[in-house]
Amino acid sequence: MRTGTFLIAAALVGLAIVVLTRIFFTNEYFFFAAYVVLQYIVLSTAWNILGGYTGYINFGTGAFFAIGAYSSAVLHKLPALLKTFDILIPAVPLPVMIVVGGIVSGIVGLGTGYLTLRLRGVFFAIATLALSVVVQTLIVNWDYVGGSRGIYIIRPAQAPLGGGYIQYLYTLMMALSVISVCIARWIERSRLGLGFAAIRDDELAAEAGGVPTLRLKLIATTLSGALMGMAGAPLPYYVTYLDPGSSFNLAYAVNSVAMPVIGGMTSWVGPIIGAVILGTIQQLATVTISSALNLLIVGVLLILFVIIAPNGIMGLISARQRRRAAIIEAAVQQRQAAA
Amino acid sequence: MVSLDLLINAIVAGILLGGFYAAVTVGITISFGMLDIANIAQPAFILLGSYAAYIITYYVPVDPLVVGFLMLPVFYVIGMAVYRLYYYSFELRGEQSIQGLAFFFGLLFVAEVSLVLVFGVDYRFVEAPYIGPSLHLGIIDLPLRMLIPCLVSLVMIAVLQLYLSRSFIGRAILAVSQDGLALQLMAASPTRIKQIAFGISVATCSLAGTFLIIIQPVEPSIGRDYIGRIFAICVLGGMTSFPGMVAAALLIGIVESITATFYGPSWAPAVAFGFLLITLAVRPAGLAGR
Amino acid sequence: MSAAQTAAAPLLAVSGLGKRFGGFVALENIDLTIAEGERVGLIGPNGSGKSTLVNCLCGTLRNETGSVLFDGRPLDGLIAHERTRLGLARSFQLPKPFHTLNLIDNLRVPLLYTVNARPGHSLSDTDVRARCEELLQAVALADKARRLPRDLTQVEMRKLELARAVATEPRLLFADEAMAGLSPSEVEEIIAVLLRLNQQGITIVLIEHIMRAVMSFSTRLLVLVAGQKIADGLPQEVMRNPEVERAYLGE
Repeated sequence: MRTGTFLIAAALVGLAIVVLTRIFFTNEYFFFAAYVVLQYIVLSTAWNILGGYTGYINFGTGAFFAIGAYSSAVLHKLPALLKTFDILIPAVPLPVMIVVGGIVSGIVGLGTGYLTLRLRGVFFAIATLALSVVVQTLIVNWDYVGGSRGIYIIRPAQAPLGGGYIQYLYTLMMALSVISVCIARWIERSRLGLGFAAIRDDELAAEAGGVPTLRLKLIATTLSGALMGMAGAPLPYYVTYLDPGSSFNLAYAVNSVAMPVIGGMTSWVGPIIGAVILGTIQQLATVTISSALNLLIVGVLLILFVIIAPNGIMGLISARQRRRAAIIEAAVQQRQAAA
Repeated sequence: MVSLDLLINAIVAGILLGGFYAAVTVGITISFGMLDIANIAQPAFILLGSYAAYIITYYVPVDPLVVGFLMLPVFYVIGMAVYRLYYYSFELRGEQSIQGLAFFFGLLFVAEVSLVLVFGVDYRFVEAPYIGPSLHLGIIDLPLRMLIPCLVSLVMIAVLQLYLSRSFIGRAILAVSQDGLALQLMAASPTRIKQIAFGISVATCSLAGTFLIIIQPVEPSIGRDYIGRIFAICVLGGMTSFPGMVAAALLIGIVESITATFYGPSWAPAVAFGFLLITLAVRPAGLAGR
Repeated sequence: MSAAQTAAAPLLAVSGLGKRFGGFVALENIDLTIAEGERVGLIGPNGSGKSTLVNCLCGTLRNETGSVLFDGRPLDGLIAHERTRLGLARSFQLPKPFHTLNLIDNLRVPLLYTVNARPGHSLSDTDVRARCEELLQAVALADKARRLPRDLTQVEMRKLELARAVATEPRLLFADEAMAGLSPSEVEEIIAVLLRLNQQGITIVLIEHIMRAVMSFSTRLLVLVAGQKIADGLPQEVMRNPEVERAYLGE
């Protein structure tokens, strides 16, 4: 299926889901939960562009995500701040915030990459792990966005396109999911994706084959960071109270690693599978068990899958298909030999 | 105007802190510097050491340092078991980079969340006669709760250095870090040697964790602050050199202490990260394409 | 070499090249020239620096001293993929295939990123596919086009490795121990491939231990011992050089 066709198809599917669910579900809780699952689709897909496609693992999803969220907080407060200087601007619309969040996160991704990607992948991973701590430190010390006390964000009374505000957020996140999945699929089929795969499989050989490895890695990091920032941009309106608490960072970091690993890292389908399965389980579980236990299970699943099924659910499925094909081929050969 | 008194005490505190940071990092110098295993779960093991000291001294009236020493064999065995798992899952399959990192990240994460589930997010601390009082030498204050871990840490590192350079196994570990093939030809199994080395690296966490909880109260999430510090010190110190590591630890300790004294303690993690970035940018020769 | 060839500028001119790893001097003051169309053999004991030399020339490693001119153009400061795009290719001693990609895609990488990246070139998708099949046929791997590298035998992996280097349409190809561990008939196969490539106009530097292959293949022989070039000339003359004999005594 060509990329343009896929985009239209995915957009239609997304639109259909949004329209049907908004009509069918009157309980707001569905939209709260679905938002989180869609957010994880974006985060996992974004992570996988750098992780699964290019082979560079990023532990700092929380940092990029938080940058998106806090840049929205800054923009949210901007009209009030400018008013004190007698400059009047309207409230910044959320789609604009999403774009800005993406840009800022993308720049941070580019910067981190530029400083560490000339070295081995493990140093990039360590830098991303340290990055999330540092971003948290910066935010904690920044009073304009509330520092450690956090900041209250009031949702606008009116949601564009009618309906409740949470349904609006849900629709936006669906749009982001469609966009990020289409980008991931486009990459897979493009020359860029081939270059990413070459870097993942053998960076030295890729470089010797003419692939500008540093440039491609920077593209991957920037794109991945930007998408994560975009996923974080609507967060302040979702939670209405934004603070740099610890669970903030860690849940996003481990989930965005676990979901692609468990779903399957080699294609755009894997992160969706991981996000939907793990995300739904976690949303259902939070009402019954504590969030810490929730995260513990995700962590344990991550370890188990990494050891036992490193290619994830997609890998298990394709392994089963290959085994079936091999059995059939062997049976056919036996038949021919007997004949 | 900078108060000289304050500055000197900040530097001294930094030195003591650096001695402690060396204990925290020595395990990584062995596992990452020498064995090339990026054990990002190291802070988790250290916290386990802290909580072990906490829980044991809670029930048994014994000095936390004693607990740290007694738990050395336990942590050594844990380290060997973890290496075994790592070896069979990843090294054997040749899939070292991304899956191995994800594995250790999973460990780090599971450890932190488990500690939260068992102990909660409240700060835990231990008690000992030297936690509280300070030595006063003129204008210099030497809090004993920092002085004693620093001294024990340096002794521990010196002992390890002797072990690595004098004993057969120690020298085998150094050999493995340079050329596993040569070791195979010497009819010593590199896997066994690596297992022992990794066990030692985790065993150091028993003592490092005890130092930590002596110096400050702990709660499960402080492990994350240490990732940047540990790797910054290891890289800055030259990856495999103990003296280099100690010097780097002292440097970072002093800079962190001065930053905390004059700009507030919440900036400390940024210092280590800044160091990490600078060292990665400035010393790529030893790190690129190893 | 004909008078015309010696008069023309060399394809590769290396002067004073040196490389050290910390205190260890891997290469010292290497001077050599390679003319277009030559078949040069590079031999030397293990650890003498042959692969380090290839790595430095191809940009995988950076040499501290000396300069390298390729077709009159200085290569200093250019990294590996830029040198590949200029026309220097290499195959790796231990084959490094892209293990999650099938053979066709393994060849598409250099085609898309080297050939298509050169100014004035733009192969369409169909051209690329056709070229991949051609390259695979040239090394008798066409029937395994859709397989993964892990399904290949040792010699097939080496042929894939060479095919990937050739896919970059190089002018100079470094074949780094492409025949290690192969049986005599397999060695013949690889030699045949290399001869064919040379006839098509690719200058080849063969780094090898298998003396029979090197002697029969090379028009010129370079000998590297402990990071220094100790001989450079016609194969028969070089082998009679007493220093070379000494280097190989006891082998």
